[in-house]
Amino acid sequence: MRQWIEKQRYIIDFTISSLLRRKVKNFGLLALYTLIVFMLASTMFFTYSIKKEASLILKDTPEIIVQKIVAGRHDLFPVSYIDTLKKIRGVAAVESRLWGYYYDGLVSANYTLLVPPANGDTSGKSRPSAKTTVVVSESGGQQADKSKPLFELGGAVLEPGTLITGNGIARLRDIGKDDYMPFRAFDGSVLNLRIAGALSSQSELVSSDLLLITAEDFRKLFGIDNRYVTDVTVAVNNPSEVEMVASKIRKALPEARPISRVEILRTYDSIFNWRGGMMIVIFSAAVLAFVIFAWDKASGLSAGERREIGILKAVGWETSDVIQMKFWEGAVVSLTAFFTGVILAYVHVFFTGSIVFEPALKGWSSLYPNFELTPFVNLEQLTTLFFLTVVPYTVATIVPIWRAATIDPDSAMRFTGE
Amino acid sequence: MILHPSVIANLLASYISSGMVLYAMFYGVQILRYWDIQSGHELQLVLERKTYLISTLLSYVFGLQLLSLFLFIFTADSLAPLFVGAMCAVGTLNVDPYGYPALTLKILNFILAGLWLILNYADNQGYDYPLIKRKYQLLAFVAPVIILEMILESAYFLGMKPDVITSCCGSLFSSERVTGLGSEIASMPALPMLWFFYGVMSCTLICGIVFYLKGLGGYLYAALSLLIFLISLAAIISSISLYIYELPTHHCPFCIIMEEYSYIGYLLYIILFGAVVSGLGVGVLSPSRNVESLKLMLSGFIRKLALTSVILYAAFTALVTYKIVSSSLVISYEVVY
Repeated sequence: MRQWIEKQRYIIDFTISSLLRRKVKNFGLLALYTLIVFMLASTMFFTYSIKKEASLILKDTPEIIVQKIVAGRHDLFPVSYIDTLKKIRGVAAVESRLWGYYYDGLVSANYTLLVPPANGDTSGKSRPSAKTTVVVSESGGQQADKSKPLFELGGAVLEPGTLITGNGIARLRDIGKDDYMPFRAFDGSVLNLRIAGALSSQSELVSSDLLLITAEDFRKLFGIDNRYVTDVTVAVNNPSEVEMVASKIRKALPEARPISRVEILRTYDSIFNWRGGMMIVIFSAAVLAFVIFAWDKASGLSAGERREIGILKAVGWETSDVIQMKFWEGAVVSLTAFFTGVILAYVHVFFTGSIVFEPALKGWSSLYPNFELTPFVNLEQLTTLFFLTVVPYTVATIVPIWRAATIDPDSAMRFTGE
Repeated sequence: MILHPSVIANLLASYISSGMVLYAMFYGVQILRYWDIQSGHELQLVLERKTYLISTLLSYVFGLQLLSLFLFIFTADSLAPLFVGAMCAVGTLNVDPYGYPALTLKILNFILAGLWLILNYADNQGYDYPLIKRKYQLLAFVAPVIILEMILESAYFLGMKPDVITSCCGSLFSSERVTGLGSEIASMPALPMLWFFYGVMSCTLICGIVFYLKGLGGYLYAALSLLIFLISLAAIISSISLYIYELPTHHCPFCIIMEEYSYIGYLLYIILFGAVVSGLGVGVLSPSRNVESLKLMLSGFIRKLALTSVILYAAFTALVTYKIVSSSLVISYEVVY
C-alpha cells in the first residue's frame, strides 16, 4: 500500500511539473473550466438559497387560504361565509384578510396594500399548535428566524389616516416618517395618508413593496363594502387533516377555492427548480462547447508532448502508467477548476448578490427588494455540480488519453519537428 | 419531467455511463470473438491496446456508478416536497413504478462493476491476459443491465409530474396517493431481525477468517457475504434505522444519509458495499486459482480480498452495535404496525 502511495506521489509530482512547463495552454483550459463551473454553481447556489428563503417564509403562512371564485376569477369573499367555515370540524380559527394591489402611476410601480391582522393571537404564529412545531426541526439559526415575525412595525402605531411603508417604497418615493402620501381612491377622490413608520429592513424579501393600512382606509380607498373581505385564512390544528378540511370547504362552499400551504410551497419549489433547470439547459450549450474544447485539447498533442510520452515509454513506463499520469493531470485540472469555480460562485452569489444572473432568476419588478441571501450550500448541490462539469470533461478526455498513452515509442520519437 | 438540476445531472450520468459501456461492449465482443494471444495479427495488436481503453472506461463507469447511486438518493430526497404524501426519498421513489427498480439496478450495477474491476486487476497481473475471456463475458452481462438501468431511470425521471397548483382547482388536485412497496419491507419485526443479523454476521465473519487462515470455503464465504449484504440491508430498514432515529416507527433507509443524522448512512453504506464487492470477488476469482500465470499471486490476492471484506463487515457490525448501544431507544416489546 505504502509503495502504491509513493508511486502515485511521484506520478503526481511529475504531472504537475509537466503541466507547469506548458503554462499558457493549461492556464487557458483552467480558466475556461473555472468559468463554466462558476456559471453553473452561481445558478445553483442562487436558486437553492432563494428556494430555502421562500420555504422559510412560507412556513408561517396559514394552513389554508380560501378565496371565492367567480367565472374562474378571484372575487371578494362574503363575510357571511365565515360562519360556515367555522362550523367545519377540525378548523381552529378563521381569519378574514383585506389586501390588494395599488398601481402608482407616478413611479409606475405596484404596491401591495395589507390590513394587518387585528390581534396577534389568531395569526397562526403565536397559536399554540404542538403538532406543527414538533414536525419542524431546523437548525438553531433558522429557529431564531422563525420566531421573528415577517414584518416588524418598529414601534409605529397604525391608526386611521396613517400607513406604514416597506423599505422599497420608501426608497423609491424618497419619503419617510411623517411625510404624506397621496392615493387616488376608486371614485377619483384623493386620499392623503400620513406615514407612521417604516418596516424593518430584515424582512425585505416580503415587505419591500408592502404598505400596511387600516381596514377603514382600505375600504375607503377601494370602495369595498363592509360585507366583503378579500379572502380568509383557515387555521387547522392537526396538520394531517389539512387536506380533509380543504375538501370539506369545497363541499360546503362550492364557489370557494381552498389553497393549502404545502401546495404553495410545492409550486414555489417547482418554479425555482424550473428556472434553475432552464438556466442549466441553456448553459449546457456552453458546457458542450467546453467539452469539445477539452476533447480537442486532449487529442491534439503537440509534438513535444508526443515525444515526451515516447521517451517515457522508452525508459520503461507502461501504458497503464501513462494513463495514470494523464488521469492525475485531469484530476489536478478538474479539482482546481471545480473548487476555484465553486468558491468564486459562492462569493458572487452570497456577497455580491449575484449581479450577473439576478434578472433572469429572480424575475423583474420596478420595486424589487434588496436582500441578502442566507448562504445555503449542501452536498447535493456540489455533487450535482460535479456531475454537470467534471464528469463530462473527464469522459471527453478518456479516449484522447488512451490514444496518447498507446503511442509506440519509436513512432513518437521519430517526430522531431518541434 | 421536472427540470431540476439534480435530475439533469442524474440523467446525464446515466447516459454517459451507458454510452461508455456500449462503446466498451463493442470492442468487448470483438475481443471475445477474435482474441488469440498467440497471433501476431494486426487485429490482435489493436485489441490488446483496446483493453487498456476498456479498463480505463470501466473504472470511470464504476466511479460514476458509486457517485450516482448517492446522487440518485439525494435527488429523490430533495424532490420529496413536490409530491403529495412524500416526506423523503421513499415517497419520491414510489411516485411511479420505475423508482425502486431503478434504485435496485443501480446497486446491482455498482456491485457488478466492482467485480469486473477485481477481475480486471487480477487479469493484469498475469503476463498473458489469462482471464480475458471471462472478463469480457462478465462485461457482456453487465452492459445490458446498465442499459436497462438507464432506460428505467429515464422512465422514472421523465414520468414524474409534480403536484402543484394548476390554474384553478386548488386543493382538489392533491388526491391522496396510495403508499406502496417501501413501507412493506419495514414491517418485519425489529428484534428477531436484529438477532438474525448478528447470527448470520458471526457465521460470515468466522467463515471469512477460516478462509483467510486455511484457504478453505471460498465459495461459501462469497455466498455468505452476499447473503449478509441482503440481510444487512433488511436489518437497516427494519431495526437498525429505528435505533439511529431513536423512533420506534421510522424505518427509512434513506434518511440516515441526511445531515440530521451526521451522514452516518454514507459510512454504513460505503462500508457495506465495499464489503460485499470484495467478498463476492473471492468467489469470482476462486475458479482461476489454478491458472498457470496467476498461480503465484492470485491466492494471496484472494486472501487479501477476503480479509478486506471481513474487516469491512466487522467495522459495519461494530458501527451498528455502537449506534444501537448508544441510542436512547430501547425496544422492550414489539408493536406491530
